[in-house]
Amino acid sequence: MTSAQIVIQLIASLTAIACAIPGVFLVLRKMALISDAISHAILPGIVVGFFITHDMSSPVLIILAALTGILTVFLVEFIQKTGLVKEDTAIGLIFPALFSIGVILIAKNANDVHLDIDAVLLGELAFAPFDRVVYNGIDFGPKALWVIGSILSAILILLVAFFKEIKLSTFDVGLASALGFSPAILHYGLMTVASVTTVGAFDAVGAILVVALTIAPAATAYLLTKDLKKMLFLAVGFGIFSSISGYWLAHNLDASIAGSIATILGVLFLLVYLFAPKSGMISVAYKQQRQKIEVLLLTFLLHLRNHKEKEERHINHLNEHINWKKSQSKKVLDLALKNNMIEVNANVVALTDKGKVFTENAINYITAGSEEAIEEMKKEFFLFRG
Amino acid sequence: MIDLVDYIEQIFSDYTFRTISIGTAVLGAVCGMLGCFAVLRKQSLLGDAISHAALPGIAIAFLITGAKDNSTLLLGALISGLLGAYWIKSITAKTHLKSDTALGLILSLFFGVGMLLLTFIQKQPNANQAGLDKYLFGQAATLLEKDIWLMIFVTVICLLVLLLFWKEFKLLLFDADYTKTLGFNIKLLDVLITSFIVIAIILGLQTVGVVLMSALLLAPAAAARQWTNSLGVMVVIAGVFGALSGVLGTGISAMQSNLSTGPVIVLVASVIVLISFVFSPSRGLLFKEIRFRKNRNDIKLHKTLAFMYDIAKSHENISHPHTIKILNNFQGYTKKSLYKLEQEGLIKIDGANWYLTEEGFYKAKNLYNQNVSLDD
Repeated sequence: MTSAQIVIQLIASLTAIACAIPGVFLVLRKMALISDAISHAILPGIVVGFFITHDMSSPVLIILAALTGILTVFLVEFIQKTGLVKEDTAIGLIFPALFSIGVILIAKNANDVHLDIDAVLLGELAFAPFDRVVYNGIDFGPKALWVIGSILSAILILLVAFFKEIKLSTFDVGLASALGFSPAILHYGLMTVASVTTVGAFDAVGAILVVALTIAPAATAYLLTKDLKKMLFLAVGFGIFSSISGYWLAHNLDASIAGSIATILGVLFLLVYLFAPKSGMISVAYKQQRQKIEVLLLTFLLHLRNHKEKEERHINHLNEHINWKKSQSKKVLDLALKNNMIEVNANVVALTDKGKVFTENAINYITAGSEEAIEEMKKEFFLFRG
Repeated sequence: MIDLVDYIEQIFSDYTFRTISIGTAVLGAVCGMLGCFAVLRKQSLLGDAISHAALPGIAIAFLITGAKDNSTLLLGALISGLLGAYWIKSITAKTHLKSDTALGLILSLFFGVGMLLLTFIQKQPNANQAGLDKYLFGQAATLLEKDIWLMIFVTVICLLVLLLFWKEFKLLLFDADYTKTLGFNIKLLDVLITSFIVIAIILGLQTVGVVLMSALLLAPAAAARQWTNSLGVMVVIAGVFGALSGVLGTGISAMQSNLSTGPVIVLVASVIVLISFVFSPSRGLLFKEIRFRKNRNDIKLHKTLAFMYDIAKSHENISHPHTIKILNNFQGYTKKSLYKLEQEGLIKIDGANWYLTEEGFYKAKNLYNQNVSLDD
């Protein structure tokens, strides 16, 4: 690894962390799309800032662009408050308009601006190590590293200082305001942080992939845990992992680094989406399948309980009587046998004592909602887990 | 004005320009019409996600066929757009992630994959690849006559299906549960509407590009919504607004150098939205403000009148003059408001004195009664 490669991976990782932290709160507050809006809408701010400063990493430009981001949030909320259109439409109207202005500004001044459209969409991570801070002839290292480093430090300080306030207002706005934390201040604070991060990350990964870095790690983490701290750590971990592996993917394919990072994030999300232990597709499908069989089992046991006559409980008769498919009846029968709930004597099915207790408890739970009796059953059966 | 004359002349004389203008007009119209459904179903940003999700489809179609044939690429875009739309639905249906997260996720991840593939293709020795990035911001100039025929063909089919199932769609928009209880297959209707929206977006990719396509879907519909409360009228107006944005946008970008058509069309559409927001007679901000002020002034006048009544009723003769000064301490009044009351024939002003007229006394009395009955 050359030092340039290390620097690129470092910048990408820091950017990913800086994006993932506000991303977690945006996802939890159901405002994920505001990051999409901000990342597009800051373009005119960046272009105008560039005209003034002629330096992509100047603090003036970052402040100007961040102000544009906050302006976007204000505009969206203003339009929403007029009641003329719904919130999502307001977002969808504002950011393409601002983004168009930005694109036109760039196109009209192509000669003065070293920004081009590709840089807007993809960032210029590959060149970041060569744009260095030189002061009095001393080289202080790459500019992008300084920019994203200071943004990240600010985010971390704010996160640690206001963790409980942010947590509270994210999960219970009512209680937070009753306790005297202004929801408006926290809201706009978060929006400011999101704007500043977006601007800082914009240079590295471009307008649209900022959104990937913000939302994807948080969403992936959210599928795995519902604990805020764990979610933050997981999101940061996913961000770092995809930045580094994304870099090497891009290196091997000779393609865009930002695109590769997003691709890795996408693969990560897909894997978690399919295989997450609790909310993954496969485990959800398994759970639903089990619940279905268990409902059938209960129906079957009830049938046995209600019919004392032998002919009603004859194994061949059951099939036609309850009107199930053969494979289905077999599954249910097997499950019941495995749990020692029924016994078969000369092709006549009968409930065992355990089966009788189980059925009694289940009925009590369903009709009277008595919870205590089923605590034991919950461990073995999905049915009673709500 | 010379520009405008030139422009109109050009529409009729210049073949390429005419083709592009017709193309963007058709595109704007169909997007506007279908956009109404997206906006009313609160799926405004679905279009944004789908248009971004179409990008990897274009790149993969190119990687497989190696040809830059427009319809093949659009087919790839269609497949990946539908895939994205389906995935968004399944994320929101099956996990606890909310729709905003699902939209943002699919949008950015698919786009990232698309950009990875595009940059990968650009490094390939295949000389054919140049110009694939026109799908990012669109290039109306590359519209050919056969593209336009394709657009018109798809538009006509969409419209026919829309007309055929008009009442079902309308019902679905405003009361999905009721539609279901009536026995309509809402899943099928839902799939139809979503597919149409995806198709409209795919058609526009070449002209407006993936990044800005959603605006063409939303803006005309959001503008049309301000002018009417009827779905049919809204669809027609949105179609007109969409076509107008297309034609004007093409014209403006053609008159200037260095202006890509997509962003200009989007800006024109945004201006139409702004105008609609401000000037629409029933919902617009301007007339709302005017109505608001009028109401406020009326209430102020009523307050003054009620106070005058309180003073006047203690006298046997209601026309007994009082000085204007005594109003001052209690109720705000201005020369203008007194003048207005006089104009309405409720009071008479005589120098520094005022007195209630018969009509004014009667009205003030009624006003008071109404207040009492309201308070009870």
